[in-house]
Amino acid sequence: MHLLLSLITGMLVAAGIYLMLERHLLRILFGFILLSNGINLAILTAGQLSKEALPIIPPGAVTLEGSFANPLSQALILTAIVIGFGVLIFCLSLTYRAVNDSGSADADHMDRSEKGE
Amino acid sequence: MMSWLIILPVIFPLCGTFFLYLFRKHNRTVTAVSWAISGFGVIVSSLLMHRVYILGPQAIALGSWPAPFGVVFAADLLSAAMVAVTWLIGLGVVVYAAADLSSNPSYPRFHLLIHFLLTGVNGAFLTGDLFNLYVWFEVMLIASFGLMTLDADTTQIHGSIKYVLLNLISTLTLLLAIGLLYGATGMLNLAGLHSKIHTLSPGFVSLLSGLFLFSFSVKSALFPVFAWLPASYHTLPSSIAALFAGLLTKVGIYAMMRIFTLVLPFEGTIWQTILIVLSGLTMLTGVLGAASRFTIKKILSFHIISQVGYIIIGLALYTRTALAGSILYLIHHIIVKANLFLIGGFLNRKFGSDHLSQMGGVYRSLPLVAVLFLIPAFSLAGFPPLSGFWSKFAVIRASLETGHTILAATALFVGVLTVYSMLKIWNQVFWEAAPSAATSPPSVTFRETALYLVPIGILALITIIIGLFAEPFYQYADRAAVHLLDPVFYVKAVLGER
Repeated sequence: MHLLLSLITGMLVAAGIYLMLERHLLRILFGFILLSNGINLAILTAGQLSKEALPIIPPGAVTLEGSFANPLSQALILTAIVIGFGVLIFCLSLTYRAVNDSGSADADHMDRSEKGE
Repeated sequence: MMSWLIILPVIFPLCGTFFLYLFRKHNRTVTAVSWAISGFGVIVSSLLMHRVYILGPQAIALGSWPAPFGVVFAADLLSAAMVAVTWLIGLGVVVYAAADLSSNPSYPRFHLLIHFLLTGVNGAFLTGDLFNLYVWFEVMLIASFGLMTLDADTTQIHGSIKYVLLNLISTLTLLLAIGLLYGATGMLNLAGLHSKIHTLSPGFVSLLSGLFLFSFSVKSALFPVFAWLPASYHTLPSSIAALFAGLLTKVGIYAMMRIFTLVLPFEGTIWQTILIVLSGLTMLTGVLGAASRFTIKKILSFHIISQVGYIIIGLALYTRTALAGSILYLIHHIIVKANLFLIGGFLNRKFGSDHLSQMGGVYRSLPLVAVLFLIPAFSLAGFPPLSGFWSKFAVIRASLETGHTILAATALFVGVLTVYSMLKIWNQVFWEAAPSAATSPPSVTFRETALYLVPIGILALITIIIGLFAEPFYQYADRAAVHLLDPVFYVKAVLGER
């Protein structure tokens, strides 16, 4: 399972970086999506996947007993997914605006802020 | 009860944004609420700084989950000072904006986003938890996205595309590094990680250091990943540019200082050598960029990069003198850089442009502004007895002490070039006669002039005070450096007696 997830992470990150090297803005954003999903998967894998019991404290007890799965890495990813989603929406609207303004989605044409004196 | 003081600088602006949203239709109320929040922030952060100075590092465990399990907020000398300076700049900027931006339709949104941004910045300074640090970085980033596209003309949109994408890559790298570190140690608490990091293999620690270094380098605009900064900062209105210039890159530097002293000490590793080389190149490329630009904001934007190089020297050398100099530099730089942008904004308003060739004769027409410009400009260049001299002195002395002669020589050479580009502004804008063909922009009322000049004057005064009475400030920075190099007090404050 670890090996499979690691391979998927590697593929997502590789595809993400490849897309981010493109000049078309939308492809860069697709690359961003793949990259952030790859990284989320990496966190999940690094957080020690296991087939242990759910981390639920039995009635009457005060602590967990025996071995149990780690829930925290999922909580971390959930936060990261939500943040990533919000940021993505902002990026999409920014892209929409930029493409509307400059009539092209080529990142090389978006140089108004760096041109001339 | 007093430990709540640690979290007030974060909670208060966050609650403030709620009120600012409610009153978004009423410019005057928005201004009043925004000023009140910032004033309160200055008071609270000064109290916090005083308390930390007297009692040593403080910590509070949120939700009564004891460290290292819950999220901890902690303040040591460095973070308390950073929070205090942040609020000082925040107050200065919201007062200044009342003159600079009040006619903009986006004025209420400006205040809302500014306080959201300050929430993120203060959160990043005060948190003692690694994942929480990531969240505060995101808060800061989202708020800065909003501020960057506030007026959304094409220039700003083009600038912010670069800013947004490069910063997102940096944040994703940070997230990856945090995830891997958590996977290896099962811990996110900074103080807890301090004692756990030795259980990891050196190769893995080196990999993590590389990831963190890359991420924070983008945030703090180090060579060669600073491209987003000169592409975007000069498109912003002066109030926003001043806040960004003062604070945003410095949060990256602060995070670097925190991680590389507390969690991943990098003394003697390959990363230390890399950071020393990078700091030199950052100084040099930044100042060369500044020397080749001809609008005030572009010149000042490149100077941020060059000054970041100076601050990083202190961290890279990793000695007591170096770190103390670096902390002093950090504080001095935030104040001076924000102030220069504020002055640039005032001149921009006076002349209707910030291109050097469109301005002139300010020394004759507005001698007070000329003096107010000279103070931070000379301080930036490192003239005694202003604040920049002492911080530069400490950093360069540290590099000579550790035998990095080339680095010290580069720093001095960059200082000369800094003077050159400041003189370029001085000659064109203040000394030479005003261009005759200049169209006269709308005049500035007396009330507006006061709102412009009061924050500028106060920041300039602080620059002089740090310069003339450098000893207590240096002592403070020195103690902060000692606490960074040997974080026993920080760890004890967070984890309790163990």
